[in-house]
Amino acid sequence: MSIESSAAEIVEEFEMFDTWLDKYNYIIELGQELEGLDSQFKEQKYLISGCQSQVWLTAEFNDGKVYFKADSDAIITKGIVYLLIRVLSGNTPTAIVDYDLSFLEKIGLKEHLSPTRSNGLNSMIKQIKLYALVYQTKEKQR
Amino acid sequence: MLDIKKIRSEFPALHQMVHDSPLVYFDNGATTQKPDVVIERVQHYYENENSNIHRGVHYLSQEATSRHEEARVIIQKFINAADSKEIIFTKGTTESINLVASSFSKKFISEGDEIIVTEMEHHANIVPWQQVCEEKGAHLKVVAVLEDGSLDMESYKMLLSDRTKIIAVTHISNVTGVINPIKEIIELAHGQNIPVLIDGAQGVSHTKVDVQELDCDFYVFSGHKLFAPMGIGVLYGKESWLEKLPPYQTGGEMIKNVSFERTTFNELPFKFEAGTPNVGGALGLAAAIEYITAIGIEDIEAHEKELLDYGTQQLSKIENLRIIGTSDNKASVISFIFEDIHHYDAGTILDQLGIAVRTGNHCAQPLMKRFGLSGTIRAAFAFYNTKEEIDKLVSSINRVRKMFI
Repeated sequence: MSIESSAAEIVEEFEMFDTWLDKYNYIIELGQELEGLDSQFKEQKYLISGCQSQVWLTAEFNDGKVYFKADSDAIITKGIVYLLIRVLSGNTPTAIVDYDLSFLEKIGLKEHLSPTRSNGLNSMIKQIKLYALVYQTKEKQR
Repeated sequence: MLDIKKIRSEFPALHQMVHDSPLVYFDNGATTQKPDVVIERVQHYYENENSNIHRGVHYLSQEATSRHEEARVIIQKFINAADSKEIIFTKGTTESINLVASSFSKKFISEGDEIIVTEMEHHANIVPWQQVCEEKGAHLKVVAVLEDGSLDMESYKMLLSDRTKIIAVTHISNVTGVINPIKEIIELAHGQNIPVLIDGAQGVSHTKVDVQELDCDFYVFSGHKLFAPMGIGVLYGKESWLEKLPPYQTGGEMIKNVSFERTTFNELPFKFEAGTPNVGGALGLAAAIEYITAIGIEDIEAHEKELLDYGTQQLSKIENLRIIGTSDNKASVISFIFEDIHHYDAGTILDQLGIAVRTGNHCAQPLMKRFGLSGTIRAAFAFYNTKEEIDKLVSSINRVRKMFI
């Protein structure tokens, strides 16, 4: 599934919720569902530090596509991480670099991504794009 | 007894809806709301009195200069300084500490010297001293914090040495609300002729401060945590110390004579006030001080003590909630964690319910490390808060728990 269609699917899912409570309950559910990372990956090397919550992120490049795995110590952050991975993971570096993540605004979670929010999500997106950019450059060099 | 209803009506920002719920503002440790008298004072200044001070011969400049210097006297009386020239206007606590650290170290710190801070300091009272130590080859010594959040006074006594040049310690912890025995700390330091700086950022709004009775050498605080505007703060320094310290920043206002060969500096307090000061902020701060003085610091303290006791009692009943800082000598600040819910998760949902608390490490990473925590949730009560608001916090926490557990 392309980035755009996964994002559209998520926007549709969130349209079902009438209240913020339902929305957050869903994010919490997603956070609890996300497989997360084995403890061996929860180390400094993979850590994206925020002053509120922490995110760990790994990336793998396979057959021209980038696969991300991530985890967080906070459930809400983890739920949003889940959404980001669902949209971005398994796509080509170019598609990831070019995507603007506007779906988060559409589902009313943009405030979690403000640079001052310091939950690690903003830095995580930067890191995801950076991984994609590196793989993109590597591909071009081949 | 405070007339809370009347007091609350004087703080316009308290009356608003946040995410469709009435705002409960418990982030007073970060900044307090402002009463009408402060907002109106600042507005009045810009509408009627605005001009640059100290230099103009014209009417407005002289008026503004008079009001600015009157504000200095109001602050002097508020903390009972011996003279108004011991009151230096700054941007806030952070600048006040940087000023002292920088000027003091230029003259009094050399290689091998020691500076004492504590494990519970805000980063603003650690980093400036750490930088000084790096520059001068001096050493930062850290007083330990006990399990209940209070200072380990034995550790403090052990650290005092003939190499100690200055001690910088907070009056009240911004994380736990624990009140330090600053009088005893100062007495012990003075026994060895060591000066003491007290970080009063959290102190002045919760308790009466008398710098002469304390005998502290420096006391620093911010206006915005004292119901005044942001961008104005105070450095109190004993005249004898301020005379000895070299200027911090240089430029206009702080000079007496300038030629290309040599500059002579102005007298206190202007020696430390380079450039155009924040006159509106100083007037707002004076208005805030007059406002809380009229209400009565003792009554404010009594009301806040009631809030602290009630809040502690109510929060303690909640399952898996642990209060960080259980010392019995505390200001109205309660920091807590859940054993089973992350502070960011709880803070996010509390925000949705209209409750403003602070989550995270509170600019005190060393203290977080001391307690093995990544962060806490902090409810800091001001005198305009009520028991009903604490009940709302408790019921909201119960909703949070239902969502996560």
